[in-house]
Parts: sequence; structure tokens; C-alpha cells
Amino acid sequence: MSFIAILKILRLFLKWVFEIMCLNCKIYGLNGRLLTSSKMKKANWKWKRLLLFVLGLILVIGFALFLFSGVFRMKREVRTTCEDKSLVLVEQFNVTKDHLHELASSFYESDQISTLKCTKKLVDGMSMQQEINCALKVPNHEHKLEIWGQCPILDDKAVPTTIPEKHAVEHSNSLLKLCMWALFVVTVCSPIPCLWKICNGRMKKKNLAQSYSSSGAGKLIMMRLLVVFVLFGISISICLFWYLNDGIQFRRKETLANMCDERARMLQDQFSVSMNHVHALAILVSTFYHGKQPSAINQTTFGEYTERTSFERPLTSGVAYALRVRHSEREKFEKEHGWTIKKMETEDQDQTLAQDCDPQNLDPSPMQDEYAPVILSQETVSHIVSIDMMSGKEDRENILRARASGKGVLTSPFKLLKSNHLGVVLTFAVYNVHLHQDATPEQRTNATVGYLGASYDVPSLVEKLLHQLASKQTIVVNVYDTTNVSAAINMYGPKEVDTGLLHISNLDFGDPARKHEMRCRFKQRPSAPWTAILASGGVLTITFLLGHIFYAAIKRIEAVERDFRKMMELKGRAVAADTAKSQFLATVSHEIRTPMNGVLGMLQMLMDTNLDAKQLDYAQTAHASGKDLIKLINEVLDQAKIESGRLELEAVPFELRTILDNVVSLFLTKSREKGIELAVYVSEQLPEVVVGDPGRFRQIITNLVANSLKFTQDRGHIFVSVHLADEATRESEMKDDVLRKILTSVHQSKSNTVCNSNTLSGLPVVTRKKSWENFEKLSGNDLERETAKIKILITVEDTGVGIPVEAQSRIFMPFMQADSSTSRTYGGTGIGLSISKRLVGLMNGEIGFVSEPGIGSTFSFTAVLMKKETNSTDTVLQQYHPSTSEFRGLKALVIDCKSIRAEVTRYHLQRMGISVEITSNFDSAHDYRSASDSADFSMILVDQEVWDKESAFAFLSGIKSSTKLFLLANVVSPTIHDEVKLANLVATIVTKPLRLSVLISSFQETFNVENKKVVARRKPSTLGSLLRDKRILVVDDNVVNRRVAEGALKKYGAIVTCVDSGKAALERLKPPHSFHTCFMDLQMPEMDGFEATRQIRKVESEFNEQIKSGEVSTDLFGNMGQWHTPILAMTADVIQATDEECIKCGMDGYVSKPFEEEQLYSAAARFFESG
Amino acid sequence: MLKGAKTGVPLWLLGFGAVRLRTDMNRLLSLLFHQGVLDEQFLQLQQLQDQSSPNFVSEVITIYFHESEKQLRNLRHLLLDREMWDYVKLGIHLNQLMGSSSSIGAKRVRNICAAFRGAVEQNNRSACMRALEVLEHEYCYLKNKLHELFQIEQQRVLGDAVRYPGVVHQQ
Repeated sequence: MSFIAILKILRLFLKWVFEIMCLNCKIYGLNGRLLTSSKMKKANWKWKRLLLFVLGLILVIGFALFLFSGVFRMKREVRTTCEDKSLVLVEQFNVTKDHLHELASSFYESDQISTLKCTKKLVDGMSMQQEINCALKVPNHEHKLEIWGQCPILDDKAVPTTIPEKHAVEHSNSLLKLCMWALFVVTVCSPIPCLWKICNGRMKKKNLAQSYSSSGAGKLIMMRLLVVFVLFGISISICLFWYLNDGIQFRRKETLANMCDERARMLQDQFSVSMNHVHALAILVSTFYHGKQPSAINQTTFGEYTERTSFERPLTSGVAYALRVRHSEREKFEKEHGWTIKKMETEDQDQTLAQDCDPQNLDPSPMQDEYAPVILSQETVSHIVSIDMMSGKEDRENILRARASGKGVLTSPFKLLKSNHLGVVLTFAVYNVHLHQDATPEQRTNATVGYLGASYDVPSLVEKLLHQLASKQTIVVNVYDTTNVSAAINMYGPKEVDTGLLHISNLDFGDPARKHEMRCRFKQRPSAPWTAILASGGVLTITFLLGHIFYAAIKRIEAVERDFRKMMELKGRAVAADTAKSQFLATVSHEIRTPMNGVLGMLQMLMDTNLDAKQLDYAQTAHASGKDLIKLINEVLDQAKIESGRLELEAVPFELRTILDNVVSLFLTKSREKGIELAVYVSEQLPEVVVGDPGRFRQIITNLVANSLKFTQDRGHIFVSVHLADEATRESEMKDDVLRKILTSVHQSKSNTVCNSNTLSGLPVVTRKKSWENFEKLSGNDLERETAKIKILITVEDTGVGIPVEAQSRIFMPFMQADSSTSRTYGGTGIGLSISKRLVGLMNGEIGFVSEPGIGSTFSFTAVLMKKETNSTDTVLQQYHPSTSEFRGLKALVIDCKSIRAEVTRYHLQRMGISVEITSNFDSAHDYRSASDSADFSMILVDQEVWDKESAFAFLSGIKSSTKLFLLANVVSPTIHDEVKLANLVATIVTKPLRLSVLISSFQETFNVENKKVVARRKPSTLGSLLRDKRILVVDDNVVNRRVAEGALKKYGAIVTCVDSGKAALERLKPPHSFHTCFMDLQMPEMDGFEATRQIRKVESEFNEQIKSGEVSTDLFGNMGQWHTPILAMTADVIQATDEECIKCGMDGYVSKPFEEEQLYSAAARFFESG
Repeated sequence: MLKGAKTGVPLWLLGFGAVRLRTDMNRLLSLLFHQGVLDEQFLQLQQLQDQSSPNFVSEVITIYFHESEKQLRNLRHLLLDREMWDYVKLGIHLNQLMGSSSSIGAKRVRNICAAFRGAVEQNNRSACMRALEVLEHEYCYLKNKLHELFQIEQQRVLGDAVRYPGVVHQQ
């Protein structure tokens, strides 16, 4: 029954699971398009929770099953254990103690071990079949008897119950069931209103917030599941209790039935044994009293015999023999025995067998057909001799039945006089002839000669029997005579007290006319079924605990989910705000830029007009301010771009050293104005060409240098040096002289500053090593495996005012100046360093600094760049500086008192392939001249600082005329210039900072005079001069734009041709053609600007191949070695990083669409200046 | 002056209204700037006009109007075509219109174009229709105002031409 219930609940649960599945499927099906990874996660989480639930349920079910099985086993054990086997054995075989003794002694005497095996099949009236196999073992070495018994009992049928008993049990069971059901219904019903409330609440919530419907539904399902689970647990515990209680009841009943049946059987057996003996006695009487003439038995013999064999009939209080005397023979009989037949007294009592009154006092029996006077009797009942048994009503009836049936017949119980116990009289008829089994009652009556009676003392009989059995204390036994069903007579046992269970066993004492039964009860009422209560209580507790845990978990999950949603919302809002901010910044800067361009353009135009000095000054100031503003806006735009993550670094090959030269030339004027020495140095370890983002790289360095320049006043230097990160960290790899010098000088001074002359300008600087001390991974160890990558360390060292210690922590924060006064003194927004830091971060590097107020600062940063194949290095260098090769192999002598500065000079010279010797002054230079042939030196470079008129002249007078003299100077001091001129020396003055291009041009000027033109070209030119008479192709699909661009370019004197599509442009630009440059719109239908450019480049490269292979003569086209038409993109969109994209597809630059003069100039100047 | 007026010859032909015409033009321009219809790009366009190309601005504007009419027609056609929602084409046309508008400095038209493009990107048809209506309205407004401006300009030029000899003499 309970299993069916479990199955049902399981089915219900499965249904739930499927429903949930369907529901979830539906939800996800609906939101299929919106299904994101986060939702997937959520779904996963849900399924996990479900799984947890299922596991919990399985656990509980498993636990319950375990309990059940345990109970089963217990029951079996109880069923099979047999406490009093030996006793049962003894009783069942009717083996009296004496018999056993006898048996045992006989075995003992024969000195052997014997096992007695016997099988008895007993079929009782209640259709209970029991098969008993018994093994009896009697050990010989012990005097005391021991018996082991084995009783495998086979129960074909459950223990039988009589109908009224069944009714009673059913009644009590149904009451229990009713209670249980009531409890169950109450427990089931109690959560329903609660559930209903929850459902309602959910529904309302659902209606209110549809957006959370899925999770709400999930929670609802969870709650429902929880309720189902708890109900399930409760029902399980109830079932368990029910089941266990049932088991206990059943066992109790069974025990009672077993004990009762056992007692009844034993009683019956003993009684039948006794009866047999009485029967035997009857036969004895018939044989020896009637069979012999004269009779062999008289009263004395009979008394003695019966007395001695009374042990055979332990239950009889006495036996007596009454002779059948017919009325005709009465007188003869009375004479023979010498006494009259007496009548049994019936005044005060019905029947008495053993009367203590004297038989002499009794009246003679009245006249009757026949009499049954007692002639022989046991000693115990000798007083009944001569009493007519026929005169007692009960006895008469008994005698008549006995002689008619030929079997032992019992009377109904009556009180025995002497013992005052209830007793029965067993009567056997004695026949004079041997009768057949199927003789008729008449025959039997006629053949009757006497009657043998034995009185049984039932209480003592039962008492004796029960004494032999164990656990007699637990049950109460009553024996009833139920011949008259309505008035059963209690033959034995106390007055019945109802203690619940009752078992009735029928007794058969061999008289079919009489019915006896045994009623057994437990002495105590059953105690409360503690096992069941504890087990089910345990299950209930576990269920509630689990339920509580799950409930708490659900609540917690709900709370967490709510928090999560809240957080997501907040996060979304924060992200939106951040995006909005960046968008705002970008838009605003873009929007500001547009009018600012107008302002600047107008100002530029204004300056071109005739203005007087004052007006020009105002206009210039306004223009400069505007430019600053634009710069600031660009910076803000950069910041916004970086913050919004829209800034992506490109990876193009570029020349590190050229970039640095560019940076230096950018700050050339400023540094000269301030009188600050500016120098760059790149370690030899670095490859010529690296792959990275040159624009951003330059931006960082420019920022740092600009910063240094801003804070360095009128003296000192700014020194940019680039090394491999490994060089700086590993002493062994420190191959570079400059680095070694810089770093070793620290060891000498030990202080925080380096104050010897081992700096560029001789001024003390801070220890640069400290600036990268905090870098997490300075060494490129992790990059070593990726051989394609290198990590470089760039330091920018200055001798400026330094950063106050308290401001050092917030130096990289945007819009943070060292202090508010700084911006007043030096201007600037303080956004540059922040951008630099972010850019460095984008390059997988770190940035750090060390600063000492009053001495200076050093900024260091690392950047991870990619190597380019080395074989292409030469070609790249050639491409940029076609003339470096012409100085290869020359020798130069550098005279400089400051070793680092000399190294810088050497670095630049070595780039051109010139081998360099360094000496610190003219005196030591003499050694070089004398030691080796000074003719080897093609050039001598002298720093302005070491210039000393006398020694210089002394040294220089001896050198050959082929050796050129170069004077390196920051600002050309007129005195030295004069001195040199006066000395009639041919000396070229090279203004610092040194750059490759400057050196090359100076050398070219000196060595080849005809190349002077190149230098002359460097005069400033205006846009008008740049574009004049240049043939320009404008490509734009928009006729208005085309017209505007045409107009704008024509204004600068260009000859403009317009085409309206990329294809037409491709047609026009097929080499050979006469266009100097091309302005290309990017957004065009069919073929956009990028695609057109790519195709043009393809065509050009094909053509170049042809030139190389000589298919096409180069002479025809103005000796152009390479066809490369500059293509400038025209775009209205500046914010998207189209710049990088332009360069990627082969464009040379871009101009924003409403033309801006400056930008147009700077873009155009790149080609036309050199071209 | 009154005599001249009575002759029936337009006043500007006589070169009298030159100053007033210039004031009118400036007022109109400043109004347009104030309303945000035009931006400084228009001024730059005017800068490009010089002796070598005396009608540069009006030429450009005429081309602009010519092109824009076409674009607007196309846009309307594309939008009204219920079956096909060719937003690529829409985008192309819008881009063109936007580019040319920004070239001549028609700021408001340009901004509406941008909004329009946004609507197209969002696939919002009703917003597109609204944007188109606003665009057409704005376009008409621009066209009227510019026509007005050119009329004044023309008058001024004519007036200048009439007046020049005299003026030169006076100087």
C-alpha cells in the first residue's frame, strides 16, 4: 500500500519536472533571440537547483526504504526465533520428565552419543500446517540433561484468527486508520491556504512585473516543489508510522497466538494422554474384573494399583469403577457386597464425586431401572464406593453417553468438593465383549458392564502445565467450557480483564459433545509503539529540516537574484553613464572642433591680410590660443576614446630612431629658445624597424618630452634614451656603454642623485634606475619564448624643477596637476600624462617615474613591440634616407668632454655607418693624430663646450684639408663663430639637437657642395606655393562636395580635375599619368575610397615591376624611379579611427572634409616638399 | 531718388539700394546663422568666391539644390515603397545628402539627415517618415531663404555693376 503511495508521489513529481521543463522551454523559445550567455547561466543554475531537489528527494526516499527494510528484517528475525524450543519439543512429544530421564539414562548407560531425529506433521483444525523437524542430542559426558532443538517452522498461512477476534482487530485497525487519515488530511490541507496565498501573490506580482515572469515562475515552481516535498515527507512519515505500528501489532498478535496455541496444544495432549491411561484402566478392569471368574481385582488391588500408577495420570484426582447393576440384580448385588446402593445427594449441590460426608449417611437409592454403584475406587476417592452414579443427573447423562459412544465422555465443569476446584469427570464404559469399531449404540448399551470414571482437576492441570512454560508472566490464560455458547463456564483462570488483544484456541479433549476453548490475553496493555513514533518522527524532522534548508536556500537565491538584478541595473546605468560621458566628450569635442576650425581658419586668413604689428600680435595670440584649445580638445578626445575602448593600436612597421628624430625636431625651437640641450640615444641592441603603433608611440614620447620641457628652466638637458628592457635589468647583458655609464655612476655616488659629470649637461640628475624599480615585469623574460616580441625601455630624463613629493602619487590622474599653482605657472591641463599612461598600458607596458624637487625627474616606460624581419631593415632605411650610404666607412673623431654627450654623437654617426673615436679634449686628441694617421679621420666633430681657441688651433693646424671640421652647438655662440672664421678654418656648425637628417644635410653640404639645393629647399613655404600649378585629381561622388573641393584647391593655384567615382579615378590614375596628387572621398557608392586606393596601388606596383624589369622606360616620365601617387583621403568623420584605416589601405594621409588650411598644408607638404 | 522711383525703373537698378541690400543680406545671413540653418562652412564657401569664379557660391548652391531634389525624391520614393525596405540605398542617399549639406554649411539639414540615418539604422519606419517630413520642411525653408539671399545678392551685384562707374569716379 505504501509502495503504491510512493509510486504515485513519484509520478506526481515527474510530472512536475516535465512541467518545469516545458515551461522553461517555452520561455527560452520565446526569448530565443534574446538568449544570451548570462541567461544560459541562469538556466543552468535553475537546473542545478532542480537537481539538488531531486537529490534531496531521492535521499529521503532512500532513507525511508532503508528504514522499511530494516523493519522487515527485524520482523523475520522475530518470527524465526524460538525461545523455548526444547520445551516445546518436550511437550509436543508428550515426553514426560520420567520418560526422558529413562531415555537419557539408557543412552548414558550404553555410553554412546545418540541423536534423535523425528519428524512430526501436525495438522490442526485451524488449517495451520506446521512441519517440525527436531533434532535431539543428548551428550553423554554430562549427567544433566541437555536438549537442543531445531525448529524450522514453515508457515503456509498467516496465523489464523477466529472471526470475532478478526472483527476486533479490524475494528481497532480501522480506528487507527481513521485517525491517520484525519491527520494526513489535516497536514495536507494546512499548507493549501498558504500555497494559495503564495500563488495569488505570485500572480499579482507577475501581473505587475512581466519582465521577471520567468524567474518568478521558476521561484513559484520551486515553492510548489518545496510544498510538495514537505507534504511528501509528512505522508512518508505517516506511512512509516502506520507501517511500523502495524508490524508491531501484528507481531504482538502473532506472539500471543503462538503462545496460546502452544498452551492449548500441550493441554490437549496431556489431557489425551491422561485419557488414554484412563482408557487403559478401563480395559484393565474389563480384563481382570470381568474377564476372570472369580475376578482378579478387588477393591484393595484396584486401590493399590491406581495409587501406584497415579503418576501416569497426573491430572486426575481419582478414578473409580462403577458396576452396571440392573434393578433385578440389585438385591443380589447388595447382598454380595454387603451394602446398599446409595443415592447421590443432590440437595445442596448438583454433582459430587468426592464427598467428604460419610456414604453411610446417605440415603439408599430409590428404585430405578438400573444402577451404577461404585465398587472399585482409588484411595483418594474411596468414599464414593457404593454410591449410585446413575442417581446424579450429570453423571447419569455421562454414563449413558459413554456407553453409547464407547469413548471417553466428559461432564461439564463442576466444583469438586474437596479442593473446591472446578473439575470434569471423564467416563469410559466397560464392555463385557469386544466390540467392533462400528457397533451400534444398542449393542454397546447391551454389552456394557460397568463404567470407569476419572475426575480431572482442571485448574491444577492448567497451572502445572503453565508452570513448565516460559513467559507465563506475560499472558493470562483462561479455559472455558463453551458447550453452551451463551453461557460459557470458566474452568480456569482469573476473571477476564480486557487488555486489548485476545486469542482464542480451541481445545479438543476427545469428547465431541463438549467444546472447550482457551482464551489468552496479555497481562499488560500494549505500550506505545516507540520505535514507530521515533522513526516516523525522525523522518518528519528530517523532512522539516530539509524543507527549511530548501526554503532558506530559495529565499537566499531570491534575495541574491534580486540583488543581482539590482546590481545589473546599477551596472547598466553606470555603464550607460560612462558611455554617455565618453560619447558626450567625443561629441562635444568634435562639435567644438568644428567651430574652432572656423575660428582658426579665419584667424589664419586674417593674419595673411595686411595687419599692423599690434593687430598681428593679437591675431597671433588668438591663433596660438585656439591651437592650444584644439590640442586640448584632441587630448580630451583621445582620453574619451581610450576610456570608451574605441582606441585600437595599429601594427605597422616603423623606424624607432626616425620617430625619435621627429620628436626631437618637434621640440627643436622650444628647446633652443630655452637653451636646453635635447638629445636622443637608442641602444644598438634595438632593431632598426619594429612593428607597433608609431603615432601613439610618438604621442607618448612627445607628451613626456613636452612635459619635461615645460618644467625645465633655461639650463640642463632632456635626454631620451631607448634600451631593451633586458639590458637594464641584467648586468651581463649590459652591452651598451651609455647605459653602463649611467647606471654605474649611481654606484659611485650612492645617493639619490648623480652629481658627477656623467650626465648629458653635467647637471645632477635623479637616479633613473629608481623610475623602473616598481615595474612588475620589466624583464622581457616572459617574452623570450615569443621571439617575435621585444620589450623596450624608454627613459626621458630632465633637469627640471621636479615634482613635489606629495603630488607624486596623483601625477597620472587625469586633470591633476602637481598643484594648482602649476597650471598657473606652466599652463596645461595635466591630461597628457594620463593619456600616456593609458597608451603605455595599451602597449602592454608600464610607466613610472622618479623625481627630486630641484634636481629633476626621470620618466620611464616600457612597451612591447614586435620585431620585423631583419633583412628588410636596409631597404627601409634606404627608402627613408637614400643618402646614408654615401658616408659609410668613413672615420670620425669626436672631441667632447662629456662622455654621454659624446656617446650620443657617436650613436648618430654610427647610424650613417661612420666609425667613431672619442676623446675628451684637444690634448688627448693629439695622441690620436700622432698615433695613427690623422688622414683616416674624414671629419672631426667638436662640441662647443670644449672649444678652446689655443688648443683648438694647435690641434687643427696640423690636420689635413680633407678632414672636415664640424662644430656641434646648441646655440651658436657668435664669438666662437667669429673665432672659427678668423682662424680661416672651414668649419660647419651643426646645431643641436642632433638628428640624422640634419647631420646628413650638413655632411652633404660640406662634402658635396652641389647638394646645397637640398638644404635650400627647407625654406618655409605656404600652401599657395605648395599647391601652385599642381595637377590634382578630386574624386567625390557628391557633386556639391566636388565643386567645393575644386573651388578650395583652385584658390591655392592648383589645377583641379574632378571625377565622380572610384572607377573613373582608377582610369585616370593608371600610370603613366600627370597627376601630382589625388584627393579621394571615402564614402562612395560602388567603389569606396579604400577600395579605389587599393586598386590604384596594385596597378602602381605592377607598373613598378615593369619598370624594374625594364619593360617600360623610365625616361619618358620625368625619371620617376617609383610610381607612388600620393592619395589623401577626404573624410567628414574624424572620430572613427579612419586615420589608421587610411594608412592601412595605402593612403598617405587624410584631410577633414571642409578643408582646413593648416591640415591641408601639413598633409600636402609631406609630398610636395620632398617631391 | 523719388524721381527715379517714379520712372518705374526698380530702385536697385539705379544703384541706390546698395547699402540697404547689403544690410538686408547681412541681416538675413545672421538670422540664418542664429537659427542654425547655416554654419561657418557657408562663410568659407563665400570666401572661395573671388574674381576668378564670381558665381561660385550660387553655382554650388544651385548644384546642391538640383542634387538634393533628386535625393529627396529618391528618399521619399524608397520610403513609400512598402514592400521593399532597402535601407542600404536609403543610407547611400542620406550620406550623399548629408555630405553635400555639410559642404555648403546647411547645418540643420545635415543634423536632420543624421537623425534620419539613425532612424534608418534602427529600422524605425515611422521615425523615418517623420524625419523625411521634417527634412523636406527644413529643405524648403533653406531653399526659400537661400533664394531670397541670392536674389538680394543678384540685386546687389547688378546694383554694383550699375553703380560702379559712378562710384569709381567718386573715389
